[in-house]
Amino acid sequence: MLEVLISLLKIVVIVFAFVLGVSGALTLFGDRKLSAKIQNRVGPNQATLFGLRLGGFVHFLADGLKLLLKENITPAGSNKFLHNIAPGIVLFPALVGWAIIPFMDHYCTGTVQTLADYTEVCVDGEWKNYFSIMHSDVGLLFAFAIAAVSVYGAAIAGWASNSKFSLLGGLRSSAQMISYEVTMGLSLAGVLMIYGTLNLNDMVRAQGYLFGGWLPMWGIVVQPAAFFLFFLAGLAETKRNPFDLPEGESEIVAGYLTEYSSMKFAGMQLSEYAATVFIAALLAVLFLGGWQVPYVYADGIRFLGNHWQPFADNPQVWYIITILLRIGAMTFKILGLVWLQFMMRWTFPRFRYDQVMDLGWKILLPLSIANLFITALILTIL
Amino acid sequence: MANNVRTIQVHRQKATLWDKSYIPEFVRGLVVTTSHLFRNLNPNVDERLTFTRNYPEEPTVYPERYRGLHRLMLRDDGQVRCVACMCCSTICPADCIHIVAAEHDDPAIEKYPRVFVIDELRCIVCGLCVEACPCDAIRMDGGVHIPPFVNRGDAFFNRDLLMERGGPSMAVQGGEQG
Repeated sequence: MLEVLISLLKIVVIVFAFVLGVSGALTLFGDRKLSAKIQNRVGPNQATLFGLRLGGFVHFLADGLKLLLKENITPAGSNKFLHNIAPGIVLFPALVGWAIIPFMDHYCTGTVQTLADYTEVCVDGEWKNYFSIMHSDVGLLFAFAIAAVSVYGAAIAGWASNSKFSLLGGLRSSAQMISYEVTMGLSLAGVLMIYGTLNLNDMVRAQGYLFGGWLPMWGIVVQPAAFFLFFLAGLAETKRNPFDLPEGESEIVAGYLTEYSSMKFAGMQLSEYAATVFIAALLAVLFLGGWQVPYVYADGIRFLGNHWQPFADNPQVWYIITILLRIGAMTFKILGLVWLQFMMRWTFPRFRYDQVMDLGWKILLPLSIANLFITALILTIL
Repeated sequence: MANNVRTIQVHRQKATLWDKSYIPEFVRGLVVTTSHLFRNLNPNVDERLTFTRNYPEEPTVYPERYRGLHRLMLRDDGQVRCVACMCCSTICPADCIHIVAAEHDDPAIEKYPRVFVIDELRCIVCGLCVEACPCDAIRMDGGVHIPPFVNRGDAFFNRDLLMERGGPSMAVQGGEQG
């Protein structure tokens, strides 16, 4: 019973508080305030709540209220059933994928000891999974399977709307997502060969190794090419600029979102941002050390072979500090990557569609295969 | 004929593979946008790059010779300076000044405006009436906007209203040096 309650609490905190909170805030600050600052504008600041402006925060509430109160239109001639469930199909994978993201290592009921190869073991106790919703040995496969489902949502939304703009957007998005998923998967194959596991938490644990005592062996250090390939493919996968052709407003109005209004539109939009945050979380976990804080381990700080133990008389205090530091690091990395994706959006122009396909199939795919081969060669030689 | 064609050898910089990867340009673009972002987050508003003036909160600074709402100046004894010479209503391109002249009781003063109405909705704020006035009786120098009106009737500013806004003038009435 307690386990169920803990799971529910984790779901509420991670999915509803963190993911929806961050993606909601992104719609305001990413798309309105941040872009305004970049473009030397002031941005929305006129809405007031009890006479308070709060620097534009109130617009966030006003937007939500406006979306709730708008008329929910289902266009004539559309497939009503599919048109109505498409936002759900888009939103569902964007939220379910979070089940496997570890925000912190498992909680150890005993004391944690760090071995010479920087792996942490739990002595006199057992690991309790308190900081990720699901501990799965096929975590990464699960993430990819779930991400692949979101293609259906966009394609169905485009087809069911009975609009040519929507259909074009849906076609573009499905073609683009399927092309870039190949690159995504292949760029990660090298990472999988190095870590030898699909469990995301074990991957993060493996990234705690310090090479030469000072260089954290994060994924970006061992697989720099894969990081860039995955980052680009992730941008294309979540349809962010410069790959936002499925909703290129200068050509096809809003793509598959054209015929949506009210909360269905909000759900679509929110799921897009949630997918952005999810890709950022995957990047953080796979390449930026996940919850690892460099040199900080559960039993002290290690640097160049030195071992310094703060709170040596009470290791539990340091353990709790480590937990907070690590959750903070994970959140910081996710937010930093999301911020980078937003900066990309407001910096670069959109690709032409054939350029997107060229980039995906002719450049990124061969590069990821080359990366895979080189990694395999080096691993075989070593 | 072929010898007359002048040719210019164009030297194009050959793009290296590093340039063609767009990575340096991507980084430069990101540096530009990021520097704009952080300059515009500066707590000191003057350091920011935004040009927007928060108009209702921060009032506009008007130039010294700003032309705004009309006012009618007064004589030393508080009577209207205007002598109803019709110069302003004649020159007004918007035809917004309506004057009815009347004979003044004082024999030293020939005429005075019995009715002096300016339709502020028709006024194009050109300032020609001020230029035309021979006795500094009408001015637009209050630094005040013509306000918005709910009723068109409110836009007719009559003599007393215009005189309320006015004050004594330093010019000598009639233009003669005393």
